[in-house]
Amino acid sequence: MEFFRYTRPFNFMGRSKIAIAISIILVLSSYAMLATKGLNYGIDFAGGTIVQVKYKGAAPIDKMREQLKSNPLYDGASITEFGSPQEVVIRMKTSSSSVGQDIGDVTRAALKGSGDFEIRRVDIVGPKVGSELREKGVMSLVLAILGILVYVAFRFEWRFAVASVAALVHDVSISLGAISLVGLDVNLDVLAAVLTILGYSLNDTIIVFDRIREGVVETKELELSEVINDSITRTLSRTTLTSLTTFFVVLTLFLFGGEIINAFSFTMLVGVVVGTYSSIFVASPILLWFGFDIKSYRAKLAEKEKRELEKEKMRAQYEGGVV
Amino acid sequence: MKFNYRIIIFAVAIIFGITFSLPSILQTDKGAKITLGLDLQGGLHMLLGVKTDEAVVSRIKSLASSVKHFTDHNDILIDSLSVKESSVVFSLLDSDDTKSLSEFFKKIKGVKVDVKGENYTVSLTQEEIVKTKQQAVTQAIETIRNRLDQFGLAEPIVARQGEDKILVELPGIKTQEEEQRARELISRAAKLELMAVDEDRAARVNTMSRPEASSFGDVILPDAQHKEVKHLVKEIPILDGGMLTDARVGFDKNNRPVISFTLNSEGAQIFGDFTGKNVGNHLAIVLDGKVYSAPVINERIGGGSGQISGNYSVAEAQDLAIALRSGALLAPIYLMEKRSVGPSLGADSIRDSMMALTGGFVLVFGFMIVYYRMAGIIANIALVANLFLIIAIMALFGATLTLPGMAGIVLTVGMAVDSNVIISERIRELLYNGVSMKKAIKEGYSNAMRAILDANITTLIASVVLYAYGTGAIKGFAITISIGILASMLTAILGTHGIYDMLESRVEKSKNYLFWFGIKEK
Repeated sequence: MEFFRYTRPFNFMGRSKIAIAISIILVLSSYAMLATKGLNYGIDFAGGTIVQVKYKGAAPIDKMREQLKSNPLYDGASITEFGSPQEVVIRMKTSSSSVGQDIGDVTRAALKGSGDFEIRRVDIVGPKVGSELREKGVMSLVLAILGILVYVAFRFEWRFAVASVAALVHDVSISLGAISLVGLDVNLDVLAAVLTILGYSLNDTIIVFDRIREGVVETKELELSEVINDSITRTLSRTTLTSLTTFFVVLTLFLFGGEIINAFSFTMLVGVVVGTYSSIFVASPILLWFGFDIKSYRAKLAEKEKRELEKEKMRAQYEGGVV
Repeated sequence: MKFNYRIIIFAVAIIFGITFSLPSILQTDKGAKITLGLDLQGGLHMLLGVKTDEAVVSRIKSLASSVKHFTDHNDILIDSLSVKESSVVFSLLDSDDTKSLSEFFKKIKGVKVDVKGENYTVSLTQEEIVKTKQQAVTQAIETIRNRLDQFGLAEPIVARQGEDKILVELPGIKTQEEEQRARELISRAAKLELMAVDEDRAARVNTMSRPEASSFGDVILPDAQHKEVKHLVKEIPILDGGMLTDARVGFDKNNRPVISFTLNSEGAQIFGDFTGKNVGNHLAIVLDGKVYSAPVINERIGGGSGQISGNYSVAEAQDLAIALRSGALLAPIYLMEKRSVGPSLGADSIRDSMMALTGGFVLVFGFMIVYYRMAGIIANIALVANLFLIIAIMALFGATLTLPGMAGIVLTVGMAVDSNVIISERIRELLYNGVSMKKAIKEGYSNAMRAILDANITTLIASVVLYAYGTGAIKGFAITISIGILASMLTAILGTHGIYDMLESRVEKSKNYLFWFGIKEK
């Protein structure tokens, strides 16, 4: 089976203006979303308590609300269905710091008589831990991006690094915007998904860049946009196929992975789509705009090769005893 | 046939993968297995904070106790001994004793003595405060570990986190009752103090306010069994649980469980001295700030043993004895984070992610075969080998498989075929250009290599950062992703290349592009 048999390069760069316009609109509306609606920090980052309860039959949510109302501990608690009608999650903004007394026991007592239930999970995160995790989360995002920047600059050229990081920021922004839009609880697993998107999207970008690097060195073409078009077209089948297999897998995770992994897989779904798009339509045009010049790049490479050769020669002379 | 080192390495990798992943897959008794994270097998995870400031306060109090004991023992007259802020203050009545007193303080490490006339202020040096705080955390870890060991749980983890935090993980917890018992055992301060009842003022305890009691150097403590009863005792304890050597459950004459404790020689001496001098007075046995009993001292008690009676069940008495025996917590602990997962939820999570893993696997598997034919099958062999390797390596390193880790494996399935997609596409490209199949395979690999390496290394960078900054479950995710990437380099690049090398003669003879790479002839 063949989907994309290379015949001639598609003119991707010719359409880059439209693509960039779409990207800018998406990114800006994501920021608008984040500024107005904001992120819904889950207990990992905001601190708080989650109690997950499973009933034998359908959970009597109204009755539960009624019974919990009498205890001031549950003031402002939200009770929502979780995955199935049997399962319910009680979320509270407060957290207890007593080791001996437990909200799970309190909840069991408070819900007594509401049916046959089991308390399956109790998560308590204190405010101090929450803020520490938040700091660590931001730190890890920044560090990951920095590490990638340095590596790509070292392996390619600084413009490639800037372009790939711009694509990453683009992908992360849009993913966060989508998370804000659907009001997902941002917990550690969502952070993990965002970092995975970082890795994934970069994967895609690097493969395209590698082709561009190869094209720059090997083809006779001197017009960068043509080289880019050719490279993207040649990697298009790979980009699409890998994105499809990853997408399939993440989709099965989303559909069958269970409620707890839901936020993770949703974020990944968005990320895979956006990451694939950005490696084609965002990273490469930026390369173009930063004035990457084929001639000077080749000159630099030739220079580098010359230096290597000279070093080699010197070493040979030195070892041969001739100085 | 040429020497094919690739297929040999690949075969070794497969044998290695299968051998070491079988114990985890079949759940045999022997061999290293993947440990399931608490989110998958159920259990209790807690991050505890230590109130180190309170360790300093109790250190000051015990300093005051030793001053009192020393002066009593040597008939040195002092007045208004009390604890103010973070120091012990008193005044010396007879200046002849200055010398022996200063010698006494010289023997105690880490104290600063400030003398103004006859007024003494004794406090801890800065280093001693830091040391005390650190010690409080170390000792709390030790104590909690001892208590959990005696509780009889499978593989509890008690570890220090950062400056003043303690991580406790109890994978074996199955029921709410067990969890509650474990939490109570951990949190129990088990601070035993023997305190003198203020005989002169005890009668007025019910009308006395706390500040008033404090002005006499006393504290008001509640009774452990009768909530309405209060006791007025001297603030500075005679001795505390630090001098305890043993605590066991015994039975009194009514066959009710009591806890008998034994003191070390220093404690026994102090106890003997005190009881000898206070015959006819009350001695309060205080545990965790509650008075358990306040018997009248009938005679000097030598030998250094005593009893705590209360309305315990046998199990409660046992837990209390464990707590006392394993030492008191120098500083109280508090809950910073707790995650408890019931075993049924863990089982559900495993089932759900297995379903996603199988579903994703079947999809990718089928797709690769349909799209690439033989090349797809070869890629799939690498994919299966990759899965075995991940499980084997995780089992050997004792890595923990968490729910995000499961997601990581599922994701690896999607991404692991990437290398083979890149390689196959390169090969197809060369074939379109009219290169022979043998040459296309060779060049396809070398052309694809740089891109695959760069792409994998950048993903690795992201997951290393994730590992360094992540906690618990996220670390598990980073580990599986990293192992997955490394394993896929071995299987997807080296392994598949080895298979092609092995099939080389057939590839060379065949002109069937559709069979090998799923493309029609050019």
